[in-house]
Formats: sequence, C-alpha cells, structure tokens
Amino acid sequence: MGKPHDGGTVMTTQADFERLAVIDLARHYGRRKALSQVNFLCDAGEIIGLLGHNGAGKSTLLNILATLLGASRGRVEYGGRTAAAAGADIRARIGMLGHDLFLYPELTARENLVFFGQLYGLSDVAARVESALHRAGLGDRADDFVSGFSRGMRQRVALERALLHAPRLLLLDEPFTGLDQASNRALVERLRECQQAGCIVVLATHDLDIVDGVLSRSVFLHNGRQVGEPGPGTGLRDRYQKAMSA
Amino acid sequence: MMRAFFRVAWIVVKKDLTVEVRSLEILSTTIFFAVTVVLMFSFGLVVDGRPLNDVAAAILWVAIAFSGTLALGRTFERERHNDTLRALLLAPADRPALYVGKLAGILLLLALVQVVLVPLVGLLFDAPIFEHGFHLLALLAGGTLGFTAVGTLFAAMLVRARSRDVLLPIMLYPMTVPVMIAGVRGTAALFQPTPNLEVTQFWIALLVFFDVVFVTLALWTFDPVMTD
Repeated sequence: MGKPHDGGTVMTTQADFERLAVIDLARHYGRRKALSQVNFLCDAGEIIGLLGHNGAGKSTLLNILATLLGASRGRVEYGGRTAAAAGADIRARIGMLGHDLFLYPELTARENLVFFGQLYGLSDVAARVESALHRAGLGDRADDFVSGFSRGMRQRVALERALLHAPRLLLLDEPFTGLDQASNRALVERLRECQQAGCIVVLATHDLDIVDGVLSRSVFLHNGRQVGEPGPGTGLRDRYQKAMSA
Repeated sequence: MMRAFFRVAWIVVKKDLTVEVRSLEILSTTIFFAVTVVLMFSFGLVVDGRPLNDVAAAILWVAIAFSGTLALGRTFERERHNDTLRALLLAPADRPALYVGKLAGILLLLALVQVVLVPLVGLLFDAPIFEHGFHLLALLAGGTLGFTAVGTLFAAMLVRARSRDVLLPIMLYPMTVPVMIAGVRGTAALFQPTPNLEVTQFWIALLVFFDVVFVTLALWTFDPVMTD
C-alpha cells in the first residue's frame, strides 16, 4: 500500500498502473460485431468520454475495460499488463458505476458501503465509509434504506461505492441520467476531484452539454467502430454531430 | 488464502441473510409453495388415512426440488434487479468464493424450508421421520447440496437471460435427476415399515459422490462462465 486513503488520493499498489491502452479491440456476439478495431490510450488524470448513439458499443467497451467481458480480438493493457496476466488484483484498481447503480435497496447506505468495503478487503472500513458518506452529503441519512432515496441520492452513494477503494480506473455508464442540475454539478465536481487525484476516468454518456469542457478527450463510436476525431468545432455537440455523420 | 476465500463467502452469506431477514420474501414464498405442494398431494394420495406405498419420499423430494427452484430464481432476481451481481464480480475477490457465499445462503434458506416441510410430510403421510433421523438428515443434506450446487451455477449464468425463469428448470432438472433419484430411493428405503439401512447408506454414499463432482465442477467453471 502506498498513500493512505483520504478520499481524494488514488492508492498505489503492486497492481497499479498509470496508463490504460486499448489496442485493436473487438468484441463479437456470434456474427454481430458489437465492437471493432477500437484503439486509444489514456493516462492518469485524464477524463475520456465514450460518445455514440445507443447500441454503438459504449457499454460493451466499459464491460471489457472492467474485466467483466472478454475481448474477441485485441487487448486492453493496464500499465502494460493484460487483465489475464494481472489476475484478480487488477480489479482492486478498477471502480465502476453502472446505469443500474449496483446498490442493494434493502440495505442502508452505510450497510451497502460497508459490504463492498469488506468485499474489497479494505482496511479501516468504518472510517472510509464515514468519510464516503460525508462526501456524498448523506451523513444524516446514512442509516436509511437506499430504497427510500431519490435517484440523485442513490447516484451519490453509488459513486462513493465505486470510489471507496480509491481506484486508478473509474468507469461510468451514463452517470448523468435522471439527475437534476444541482446533482449534475456535484457529479462533475467529484469527477474533477478524481482527475486531480490521478484517476483515469472513462465515461459513456449522451449528455454532451454537461461534459463539454470536462472531458480531456473523446472517443467517438458508431455501430461498434471508432470514428476519427472530426477536427475543430464550436463545441462537443458540434464535433459529435460531425463525427456521427462522417 | 483459504481464510480470505471463506471470509468473502461469509460476507456474501451475511449480506444475503440480512436482506432476507428484512424482507422474508424468499423464505415465506418458498415455505408457502412447499406446503401447498405437499397438501395438494396429500389430498390425492392419502386414501382413508393411508398413503400409497413410497409416495411420501417422492413428494418430499418433489417439494424440495420445486421450492429450491423458486428460491434459486428469487435469490438471483434480487442480484439482477440493480445489477449487483456485476458489482460482486467486479470485486478483487476469488469468484468461486462468491459462488460459495451464494450457495451457502440458499442452502440455509432451504434448510429452514425443510424444517417445516419434513415434519409436514411425516404428519400427512405417516412417515417415520424420527426413527432414523441421522440417515434422513444425511439424505436431505446431500440431496439439497447437490441440487443447489448445480442450481446456483445455472441461476447465476442465466441472470441476464430474458427467458431465465423458463430456462432454469429446463437446464437444472435433467442435470440433477441422479440426485433426485438417489434422494427418493434412499428416503423410500428409510420410510419402509422395516427400514433398509443398507440401501439408504448406498444412496447416501452416491449423493456424497454427486456432491463432490457437482461442487468441484461449479467451482471450476464459475469464473469463466461469469466472465463471458
């Protein structure tokens, strides 16, 4: 273990990495190509946007990066090592927030975080959870069941769950869906904190106006294929439209 | 290494039991279903207070299989609801330990169901459940473990399948036929007016063999099956 967890620092371990490389990645389901020839690099402190229409392959790519799905061709390297070579340790460096939030509604916010903290084998789980609840602004609702929370509150707990083990790679699937403006701002602020802490953030989203100015770079996907960077435009939405119509 | 393995399994069991104690959803529906099955059969197969030959053993295992399928489906439906199974698989824990945790949780639930089910079968079908209690316990434990070991693997595999409720029994029952036959024949030998303990012990030994094979195969295949 390197630095202690303080809520804003990425922990360094033997399985740690500072560069994520996606190399000629493809994923097929039978004859259907969900992803094909995807290549990109990202370094610590970058926020990468995966942008594309529904069915473009964004969630498939996130699942492969999370080691939940194997690639049909190509590979993902976490600091020069593939997930197969690094084994289960690499999963300790990855945090993921899915569209379905990964929380148990029958448990309280605290119980959810404690469960995942224990599952990750973290030390000092109680202090980490307390700190995470404070960051989520849910200190006074910590012992309420998640089923009684609003979408925004659940999203905040889910994000802190994904960050509880101070991962190097944070994967987010449509994190802004169903959030109000204040929650969106809070989420963007939290992502910037992660970026400053040296986290690699990869997020799939359709909310282009929210992430414009937040992303370090974008990867445009169209029908499972990576589309080249469309060149300068007036904003992310403009570049997205150019990329999708190219 | 082994300590970490069982620590993860225990964390999963504890979480599953906490959720179940709060909702009692799976336990209540499974007990209700099992009791209904036994009552329905008792109306048809007990004539003038006398059950047909060997029927008690068959009905006991039919009720275990049906209620077990229900419990398996509901347990993994819970993990599907908020995609929490993916969150479990993302953890840097041994994936077979997650399997063992889920398996142990379902076994505990089915043990509680059998606490109600077995005396009910004994009462309605005049079955001597206490005469050779240890043998009956061994049959129930061995049969339930074999059935649930395969069922937990299949239910986890089918979590994201659209037709999971149909596919689970279609896949599970043919695979567990040997376990069910061993359970029924062993229990039937025990429920005879003169119990045949040698035959029962033979079926118990066969159940132990099936359990070892099924649990080993499930532990071996859980990780690759859940990754793709």
